[in-house]
Amino acid sequence: MNDIISFISAHLPAFVVAVPLLGAFLTPLVSRIGDKSRNIFAIIITGLTSIFALLLANDVFTNGIRTYVFGGDYATGQTMVRILFEIDAMNAFMLIIAAILPFAAIVYSWGFMKEQTGLDKYYTLILLMTAGMLGMMMTGDMFNFFVFLEITSIASAALIAFWTNKGNAVAAAFKYIVISSIGALFVLFAIALYYGQYNALNMAVIADSIPVEMGFVDKIALVLLLAALAMKAAIAPMHMWLADAYGRAPSSVTVVLIGTTLASLYAGFRVIFTIHGNQLEQALNSWTIFGYEFSISLANMVGILLVALAVLSIFIGVFMALKQVDLKKMIAYTAVAEIGYMLLAVGAAIAVMGGDLEATAGYTALKGGIFHILNDALDIGLLFLVAGAVYYTAKQTSINKLGGLARNMKYTTVFFLIGLFAVSGLPPMNGFASKLMIYESTFQINPILSIVAILCSILLLAVFVKVFYSVFLGPKLPKFATAKEVPISMLIAMGIIACIIIFIGLFPDIVLQNVVTPAANALNDASSYIAAITGGI
Amino acid sequence: MIYNIPFIAVAALILIGLYTVIFKRNLIKIVIGITLIESGVNLFLITLGFRKDSVAPIFTSNPDVSQTMSLPVPQALTLTSIVIGVAVLALMLSFIVYIYRHYKTLDVRKVVGGDDE
Amino acid sequence: MALAEFFNSLINSLDTGSGFWNPLVWGFALLIVFLVIYILRGAGKTSYKKGTEQTKPFLSGNPETSKESMHVKGENVYWGFVKSMKFIYDRFEKMHNGNVSDYILWFVIIMGIFFLVLGVI
Repeated sequence: MNDIISFISAHLPAFVVAVPLLGAFLTPLVSRIGDKSRNIFAIIITGLTSIFALLLANDVFTNGIRTYVFGGDYATGQTMVRILFEIDAMNAFMLIIAAILPFAAIVYSWGFMKEQTGLDKYYTLILLMTAGMLGMMMTGDMFNFFVFLEITSIASAALIAFWTNKGNAVAAAFKYIVISSIGALFVLFAIALYYGQYNALNMAVIADSIPVEMGFVDKIALVLLLAALAMKAAIAPMHMWLADAYGRAPSSVTVVLIGTTLASLYAGFRVIFTIHGNQLEQALNSWTIFGYEFSISLANMVGILLVALAVLSIFIGVFMALKQVDLKKMIAYTAVAEIGYMLLAVGAAIAVMGGDLEATAGYTALKGGIFHILNDALDIGLLFLVAGAVYYTAKQTSINKLGGLARNMKYTTVFFLIGLFAVSGLPPMNGFASKLMIYESTFQINPILSIVAILCSILLLAVFVKVFYSVFLGPKLPKFATAKEVPISMLIAMGIIACIIIFIGLFPDIVLQNVVTPAANALNDASSYIAAITGGI
Repeated sequence: MIYNIPFIAVAALILIGLYTVIFKRNLIKIVIGITLIESGVNLFLITLGFRKDSVAPIFTSNPDVSQTMSLPVPQALTLTSIVIGVAVLALMLSFIVYIYRHYKTLDVRKVVGGDDE
Repeated sequence: MALAEFFNSLINSLDTGSGFWNPLVWGFALLIVFLVIYILRGAGKTSYKKGTEQTKPFLSGNPETSKESMHVKGENVYWGFVKSMKFIYDRFEKMHNGNVSDYILWFVIIMGIFFLVLGVI
């Protein structure tokens, strides 16, 4: 027994990706036995994956950076030729998100997808999507990241088009795959540029060999990577695919799609902080104006660009959400605005790097942004599950035709209230804790940023109060007289996420000290990421 | 100068592919544009591995060690990328079959996907 | 003991750079406020007559039609805001047509802006 435990814990990174991959390929065989056994098999596989991911995160938080080389032993300092997973505290933080969301999605789809056909392909693809998302979050090799990115986008596109009887689901999936494949091709172009320049595909080796002065090829590669990963992470003005894709997919698929979008955002941060980490404080250009020495560094430039895009994201997301009539599209535009919040905080932290504000405001902004990734994934996931429950009961998604549902669906109303408070940043939910940090730190960097952030938070509250009033409150409509509460599996899935939201909301400091601060420190600290591979600086 | 021609071809392929995706209205032409971009990126990957006066990186039974070989790693990366491109192309074309069956048109300005009901 | 330390760390307050936030202290303050509200509410009138005009909804003297048609539809709740911001919403609606070629055009524009900023400055 001890041998098995030590074997598993030695190869834990490989198990986290291998278990859903094996489960995905075994699902068509298991579904020959029956429907129930296939559902139970899928729940067991995602449960095992979540347990392994949480064990791995725990191991990294206590013991430091963990590397895993596929197919051989490796001594620090050798030339790196194999594919490698490198998991530091930031990866472990993303693994926590990836452990919760697919498990809730598969428990939810027991009840939600009960009358649909083609379910064995659905479970196969959702397990494949989970494997791809976990691979994207753990890998330390650039080309391996590209392969997992493509696996995830192909599986997601097929799942978005699940309801093929309606034309607009397939149209949304077509737009998603066009945008996704162009973004991935430009990522591959940038990877080829890095390979041609530094003869390495490993992130740590590239970070080690990149010179301090920024060359022309480095600039092209950074621009291509940032633009393509920003398009995959739905930053405005390239965010329009998100509304269609999230709005037309089944709700459980959307919950896992949120995880993949946030994984692309994480990859963008990894490129800026780690691969170009040595170049960030280097002055790109300096002028003397009126005898004043003025120099601008790469960090300032990238930070200002990201903050500008983030403010645009927040505005466009909130304004479009106010006008929508379709419930899921409205929540999708809210997701665009929330991704804007994450990018605002981290972009502001990058923009003041190396200056005099770095120690307090920049660090708090970085912690707030990273904390908001976790909070927002849970909040938007819960809201999409509630929207799916409303669709299951009422067979409509347009809020013009709904009303008075709180009389029939009491638990769903409570979950929607929790999601409403969390998304708009009202105490005591988790959204307030991270948004408070974002407001206070961006105020010190530039007051206009925090004015925009607070204003759009209030508008988000307006959006969701409108939805709550017109969907749940109101008189009993005669066409919903026979509507019942949703099945228990959907309630359990929503309950898991709601309990985690309330826990983080009531005890934010525990999560901040143990999970978010190590992640922020690991992101800032490129040299220990490199030293885990090359053994010394 | 003659050694720069593949890189110029890469830039031309990617630019023509981007032009096709942005300015053409037929759905199938958009898919062809994506294939052009993919061919350009694959060509770039292969060209990175070439060394002057090199042969294919295959070990024969009597190797001539003075002969340089071109790098095999970019060739492996290109094979992976070609396979991924084939899968994406098949998926996009099957989506077009469904879209045509439902919308009866292939004009990208009409395949908008509004709200249902 | 580890358990006491764990409970101690549970009730720590979140320390942002320029303040702190403790949800348990906030909840306790909210409880006290609700207690005050309840005491104040108890000092009001307690009697009313059911079934008379005192319990019917008042709609500025208009007669009340069926309950279903009195419910404001979701789209019309914020019509004042949408109408006054029409100049913004027209531009946004034009940006969000379903045309996938326009989406890639935005991508190329942003890449061009990044190139210009990073290359020239």
